[in-house]
This record gives sequence, structure tokens and C-alpha cells, in this order.
Amino acid sequence: MEVKLRDPKIVMKLSKLGSFHQSKLSFLRSFLKEFSDWDFKRDLFDLDENGYGKAVYSLKKNNKIYSLVCFANKLSDLERSDRVIATKWDAAFTLHDGIPTKTDIERLQKNVPKQEVGRLSYKELTLSRANKSIRIFNYIVECLSKGKQPDKKKVFDVGYLYRTTAVYGSGKFGLADRFRIKNRNEICGPFRLEMMLVYLVRQFTFDQVNHIAKQKNPGRAVELDKEICRNLGIGNSTGLGMAPFIVNHPTLLNNWIMSREMSLKKIREIKNVKNQDAEIFKDILKKSLKNISFWNTESEFQKKKIVGLYKDLKKLIDFLDKDFNFKKDYPFNDLYLWCEKNLKDECIEYAVSTFMEPYDDIINPLIYQMSADEDKYFTIPTQKNIENLRSIIEKNYSEILKIDFSKEENNKNFWFISKNKEEPRLADRYKEQGAELEQPLAIARDISRLYQRISKIKNSLSVGKFLIENNDLRHAIRRVFISEFFPYSEIQDNTIGSKLMPIDMLRLKLSFFGAVKFDPRSDKWLRICMFQGAPLPNELQSYDSGWIYNSIN
Amino acid sequence: MISLSEIDTTVKRATKAIGFSWGIAEEVGKCIRTLEMFGLPGIKNLNQYYKVFANKKFQNVSLIAKSNISKVSYCPIISGVNFLDQIHTLQNLEEIEFENFGFPILFIPFLSRSSEIIGKRIFLKIDDKEFLLNFNQSIFSNYFNKNVIENANIIKISFIENKDSFSDQDWQDLYKLSEQTFVEETDELKQKAAGAGLTDND
Repeated sequence: MEVKLRDPKIVMKLSKLGSFHQSKLSFLRSFLKEFSDWDFKRDLFDLDENGYGKAVYSLKKNNKIYSLVCFANKLSDLERSDRVIATKWDAAFTLHDGIPTKTDIERLQKNVPKQEVGRLSYKELTLSRANKSIRIFNYIVECLSKGKQPDKKKVFDVGYLYRTTAVYGSGKFGLADRFRIKNRNEICGPFRLEMMLVYLVRQFTFDQVNHIAKQKNPGRAVELDKEICRNLGIGNSTGLGMAPFIVNHPTLLNNWIMSREMSLKKIREIKNVKNQDAEIFKDILKKSLKNISFWNTESEFQKKKIVGLYKDLKKLIDFLDKDFNFKKDYPFNDLYLWCEKNLKDECIEYAVSTFMEPYDDIINPLIYQMSADEDKYFTIPTQKNIENLRSIIEKNYSEILKIDFSKEENNKNFWFISKNKEEPRLADRYKEQGAELEQPLAIARDISRLYQRISKIKNSLSVGKFLIENNDLRHAIRRVFISEFFPYSEIQDNTIGSKLMPIDMLRLKLSFFGAVKFDPRSDKWLRICMFQGAPLPNELQSYDSGWIYNSIN
Repeated sequence: MISLSEIDTTVKRATKAIGFSWGIAEEVGKCIRTLEMFGLPGIKNLNQYYKVFANKKFQNVSLIAKSNISKVSYCPIISGVNFLDQIHTLQNLEEIEFENFGFPILFIPFLSRSSEIIGKRIFLKIDDKEFLLNFNQSIFSNYFNKNVIENANIIKISFIENKDSFSDQDWQDLYKLSEQTFVEETDELKQKAAGAGLTDND
């Protein structure tokens, strides 16, 4: 039986993309697997009694070494801010290519804590900063220094000791360009070095909290229990900066979504499901209930989604226990169709993620298909004609063409780059100034304009000749031709309408990172957690690949 | 050091700021990145071009012909974008000439990308400076100056047909040498060593 891929016009709706969850395809899980046989080492740990100073951690295999260089600084509560406008942080980090020399560390000490206003070199691969979770960091220090472990409930409610507020890579602020690393054997997919940085930072947070407690009370202090450490991740606070990425990288976006859709298709096509695989899947669903009960948020929008997910997940588990038989042919296909009929998007996409858990043989090859050679499809095939262009638009953008952009509500917002922080922002076109400097992120509107523009153009005219007088829509034409080969490259929604929820765009990207516990703080920024439940560095040689569902169990 | 990614982004924004469309700005970002990667002075030339852009008129060529003559200097960006867009028809012209061309270094990456599209090398002559554009993989040149070239009197572009750069004899000599790594087969090995082909009538 051949199952069709899900329709991009449904999958690529923002409300659907904003319901995606982490899965076996997520980058942080792939990173752990790919680097599980690397040697972890703490090379330098030079902190004072308050935990300020520098530290270096490394991952090494054969002659290849990556080093995390950490700088922990004093920061008053008044100075602490997760917003991108902050200029100081509790700690700043960079991932250095190789072993940093003394001169490198001196250079980095002058630049890394400055973040965006510092300069890095091609020897640095990623850059980040993080703030302590004031809610639990000092509490844990206090407990450990008195010789006792902290209250698990209190600690797991937060889920992390530090929260990063940005992780940069790919040539930002002088960091190494992607071309320098993309062909390395150990880099098997996108964002691996960003994941490495975050994972090593997590270990630094444990070492720092232990160190401060010990300095405070050398005679009585104990180390944070390994099980508690394992169930703490790294938080992340993310705003609009991440949103344009998925519009600006259409082929990459396609390859992420296509891998997910291909895995679903292949799993639905399995005729006979082994008992053992069905049990893995059911076990993970049951464990998920507990994980979801620890998913806290103040956001009413997200609360509704979590309650809905919890209810739907129980419904799915009940259905599996009482009415479903995995011994029939193509059981995952039947189950998926049942999910579509009976559950909401949040749980449908959760189920899709969990379907993947027993199937390394299906997932592993797809992991290697999640990068993209973006330059290959950049050049517009100008020898094609208007008929070609029109038919691709009609086939791939039919939903978008239904949007009436003469209505104010569909034109409400514009994306711009803030002069203050050089970061993407969203504003009301009819109330704020600056719409003339709009970024090319209103794809639906521009495709609609293009379609109107070609409505009276001869079919036989070449795109090259059409472009002579129509270069204002060149960016849209490029995207149309990319979509011909990459069906999941476009968001099938209006990115400037009044109903836009930008956090849907953030969540899509973060789900592929492997983030959990999405906690929207507004419609434009959210907090998440990464690596909660992940093995510690000295446990990497052998760990349960389903760790993400074991946390707090 | 400024990364290529920073160059791409900043050039794109600057190009939009000067008045070009986002689509053209994307092309220029990629092109200046290419120039800098190949060690040619892209940023320097672009910066100077944008400084004079507001006060000096440049000619926007639409359909590129075999011979293109203008009293006003041709704009390297519009000429470059149109060259790229029209490359499938332009390759049928053996040689293309422009007279009076502004900031010609900026034209090079568009030709380099065109070379990749048609799968042919392109030879470019900017007055006395020569450039061989190899499928957007490399640029071979007799020009190593890092200065800004504000204008070229004559630009000549020719498409190089794909043919060997060596004689048959050169190849035969080399091939003969390579044969010294082959093993002479016995009759039995001729029968068995390939591992197939003995009973194909099945």
C-alpha cells in the first residue's frame, strides 16, 4: 500500500506548524547520538568563590576537538534581562574550533561577554549568553551548601538553572562561515554545533552551582544529585529574531518538513508492526502524560493547547488500550486516520512524533537529508516562460491566492529590522512608521501580486524577459521556482495578517531543535527547555535513546 | 575578519537601501560574496559605486545585444542581472561587447554564475585586464590590483566551447603511462575475474 505525503497546503498552515513537537529527527537528539562516542573533558575551571571566572570544556575524537569557552560574570538583578536589548549576562559562551591557546582565551575574554558588539574569528563556531534562573539557582546553592538536595518539584517546575537568550552561528559577528564546517564528517545535519554549545553549557551550570555551594560551606556542601542534573536542561528565551529564518531558508525548511512527512508516510506504510515496536510506542505515550503535566505556562493560549493535548492524549491511549489492535495490517495508517478524525492538531502532531520512536531504520537515513544546498536553487530558471510560472503558482499557492490583500486586516503588519538591535520586528502598518522599509517576508502578498501581474502577460514570454520590467517581484519569482521542487518550502499562510501568531513560526523551528515546554510570554516571544532528561556527558557512551520521554519519571 | 555571511547580508541591505528591489539585492549579496571569496575587491568597488550612484546617471541596459554602446556608463548591477537572466540566448552570440561600462569588477560575478548555468567557460576582457571564469568554481586572472575601477572603455565577453586544452598526443602519452598500473590476465582470469558473463542465457 502506498500512502500519499500529507498535503503541503494543510501541513504548512501556521496553526499546524505551531503544533509541532520534538521528535527523533530533532537536532539535539541527533547531536547526542552522533557525538556519543566522543570524549568529554573539563579542561579548565577557574571560578572564584562566587562562581565568576572562566572554564573550558571539550569534546574530542581522534584528532578533532571542539572546546566550549565559558565566561561567568557578576550581574546585579537590575541588570538581568532576557531581552535582546540587554548588554550584560550572567555568563557568555563560545564554541572554539580546536584547543584554545592562552592568547585565544584572552582575545575571547575581551569579546565573548560583549556578544553582538564583540568580534569573533573564523576559529569560533557558535556564540551564546545565558542568565541564571533566579527562581532556583540561589535556592539550589543554598540547599547544597547545607548538605541537602533541593526539592525536586520546585526544581523541575522550572526545569533549568540557566536560560540562554540567543545562540548564534553561521558567520554572525565574525564567526566561522558555514562553508568551513559543512563538509566535516561529524557534522551530519543542521545546527549540530549550536546544540553542542547548549549541551556543554548545561554541564557548566551544574559545575558552577556545585562549586559555589562548596565554596560557601566546604565542610558540609554536597553535589547536586545526578538524577536531578539529568532532569534539568537549559532554558531558552526566544523572540521574533528566529521567525524570518524559516521564510528566508525555503529549501532548508522543505528538507526539515519533508523528512518528517516522509517518516510518517513510511511508518503508515508498515504492513505488520512488531509487538515490541507497538509496545515502545504505547509506553512513550503513557510516559508523555506525566511530562505534559509538568508543562507549565502562564499563557492562556498555550494553557488551552496543553489541556487539549492532555485530554486528547488520554483519549488516544484509551483508544489504543480498548479498541485498537496492532496485529491488523497497516495499523499506523489506521491509527493516523483515527487521530485526524478524533484529535486536534496539537495531539495529532504529538502522535506523529511518537510514531517515529521505534523506527531508527526509517528515521536515521532521513536525518542525513535535513541539510540543504541553498545556492543550488538560488538562480531563477529564466529560460522558462510565464505559462510555467503561472501553473506552479496555481498548483502550489492556491490557498494563498484566496487571501484578499485589499482588506486592511490581511495587510495589517510589516516586518522590519530594528535600527536599535538589528533584529527582526513586527509592527502595525497603519499605526507605525517604517512600512516603506518592509523586509521581503510578506510572501503570500507578493505571490498574490505576482499572480495578478502575470494575468495579462502572454504565456510564451520568457521569465527572463518578464523580469526586465518586473524586478520588484524578483524575490517572489525565485521562491515560486524553488517551490516547484520543494513542496514544503512555503508557509501556506499570511505572515502579515491581523490574526498572525508569530510564535507559531518560532515553535516550528524550535520543535526541530528538540525544544520542549513551549511557554509563550506573549504572541511574539516564548521560553522553552532543551536537553531536559538528557544523559550527562559521562553517560553518553550508553544511554536510552528515548530519554526525552523519561525525564521526571 | 568580516565573514562571508555578514558580507552577503549587509550587501543585500545596502543594495535595497540604494533603491534596488529585494530580488536584485539578493543577487548582489551573493555576487559580492563570490567576489570576496575569490579574492577580488567586491566590497571596495560596490561601496564606491553606491557613493556615486545618487549623483551620477548610469545606463540600464534591457535586452543585451552583440554590441552595446552608450554615452552614459552602463550600470554593472542591472547589466549583470540582465546578463544572468538572458544567458540562455546570449550564449548563442560568440562575442559580446560593451562600450563605456561603470565599475566593471562588479559585473564579474554575474558572468561567473552565468558560466555555471551554461556549463561553458567565459572569457572576459576589461580593457587590458583578462579574466577566465570557470563555471563559478574559480576565476583565473592577470589582474591582482585591489583598487577600484570606476570605468572601463571596452568590455569583451566570449564563450569558450567545451574542448580539450591538450592535443591527442598529450593524452595518448599520459594514457600509456597509466596502463603500467594494469595487470596482464591469463586466459583463466579473463574467463573468471570479472565475476559475471559466463552463463547469461538464463
